[in-house]
Amino acid sequence: MTEPLASIPMVIADRVVKSFGSHTVLKDISLTVNRGEVVCVIGPSGSGKSTFLRCINHLEKLDGGRLTVDGELIGYRQRGDKIYELKPKEAAAQRKDIGMVFQRFNLFPHLTVLENIMEAPLQVKRQSRAAASARALELLARVGLAEKAKAYPASLSGGQQQRVAIARALAMDPKLMLFDEPTSALDPELVGEVLDVMKQLARDGMTMIVVTHEMGFAREVADSLVFMDGGVVVERGEPREVLTNPQQDRTKAFLSKVL
Amino acid sequence: METTGSSGQPERIVAIPLRHPVRNVVAVVIILIVVLFVVDAAFFRPAYDWPAVGKYIFDVRVSQAALVTIELTVLAMVGAIVLGTLLAVMRLSPNPVLKSVAWAYLWIFRGTPVYVQLVFWGLLATIYKTISVGVPFSSDVLFSWTTQDAISVFWLAVIGLALNEAAYMAEIVRAGMLSVDPGQSEASTALGMSWSQTMRRIIIPQSMRVIIPPTGNEVISMLKTTSLVTAVPLSTDLYTRTRDISAETFNPIPLLIVASIWYLFFTSLLMIGQYFLERRFARGSRFVDVGPGADNPTVLVGATPTAPIAAQPGTSTEGRSS
Repeated sequence: MTEPLASIPMVIADRVVKSFGSHTVLKDISLTVNRGEVVCVIGPSGSGKSTFLRCINHLEKLDGGRLTVDGELIGYRQRGDKIYELKPKEAAAQRKDIGMVFQRFNLFPHLTVLENIMEAPLQVKRQSRAAASARALELLARVGLAEKAKAYPASLSGGQQQRVAIARALAMDPKLMLFDEPTSALDPELVGEVLDVMKQLARDGMTMIVVTHEMGFAREVADSLVFMDGGVVVERGEPREVLTNPQQDRTKAFLSKVL
Repeated sequence: METTGSSGQPERIVAIPLRHPVRNVVAVVIILIVVLFVVDAAFFRPAYDWPAVGKYIFDVRVSQAALVTIELTVLAMVGAIVLGTLLAVMRLSPNPVLKSVAWAYLWIFRGTPVYVQLVFWGLLATIYKTISVGVPFSSDVLFSWTTQDAISVFWLAVIGLALNEAAYMAEIVRAGMLSVDPGQSEASTALGMSWSQTMRRIIIPQSMRVIIPPTGNEVISMLKTTSLVTAVPLSTDLYTRTRDISAETFNPIPLLIVASIWYLFFTSLLMIGQYFLERRFARGSRFVDVGPGADNPTVLVGATPTAPIAAQPGTSTEGRSS
């Protein structure tokens, strides 16, 4: 890329389309996320929020449009007017810079907390054990779980597991973090501890896209709020503005049900 | 929450246990039949020839043959597990060529009887008289062996048993890998790990718990299948050896009993081994933690032998919205 990097938005989705068989989940999504920006995505279930998130790190293949992260086309390479599919290795290389946190945590149950965090730095970045371990312990301290390094995931509460999952994603030093309903599988009293870690991350300047049902979090932390429905972006704006004064009827209908 | 108002322990139930009269009668009848059968076999059926059983059970020829049977079992199973894992990974790979090759292998080796396959392996030297290494599309031959000298009958039997068993092991390993939550490979992929790293580091280690018990069954099954190597023909295994001895003595029944006792002895050993292996891996699945971080009481209800995911609290029943 020859343009000055700082001026390129972190994520540009340009008319993104994604279908599963005959079912078109993402009809036409255009969205720009700037560096250091925190974007919350809300919408009814089945609206395509999670699918969009999974397209950003190419867990799902796009069927139409363009998606770039940090100026780099995701999943494809463009030469002239031809588009080439990336090799699995190249796609994996793109993913290592994009952290993802899942609704169900997806920690590796056969590895300890520390090993969970060290796995990708060791395998993908070929870091030394000492370096990976030092970094993992530092991240564990950051999410408030330094004393759990040797525990197995099954012995942790849901909130603790999700904080470990965040630390695991951060261990790859991502430039972008994707959160797929990170608190939806948690007991209500455990939601706060995960949101606190995410708030801290936002304050540190991480670029984040968060699919969530936590309106309070969106209001407090997000720079911008996106409402998706039926595979399109219905409305986007300043969170307070969207939540208190939605412009579209569909947004109004949705918010009247969840607020 | 005391509602009784009275003090002390709640009253214990002292009930008369349920009687099972029919069960007892059936048990007695079965025991009687068994005793009658044993007494009859021991004293009134000369064809069993128990003195001959005693004579041959520790005969050197028989115990040597028992050793050959164990060797066949171990070697064939090791080969089958390695090849089966390879085939399972091939079947689950995104590569259509590997997938088809694995599918075709299973189709052939599971679709024909192992006895027929063993006969084929015995005829290998008839079909392919020499094994040669040369330059392709030229007549230059670098090395050449006659098949008969290169591969002994024993190894033909091992190959035949292993290749057949690999087809079944492939299905067992595949089932084990499919039992791992898809979220695991998703998380691993999202971290930038390659497909082979995901398989090696994440999926296969977790599938072991599901793979081990049926593999134990396969070992026991293999022990008995080795009695078919006479089809190759290999004549040094337990069954074939006892049959050859009885051909000389014209007394087949006691030698069948001798062979059965040896098979039962080995099977019992394997069953004990399997019991301990299964216990070990069931414990592993609970991830009962002895580290310093294991003091959280919230989730240690995960002491039931369920998948680790079930230990997570507040798991919502709805899937992720897409």
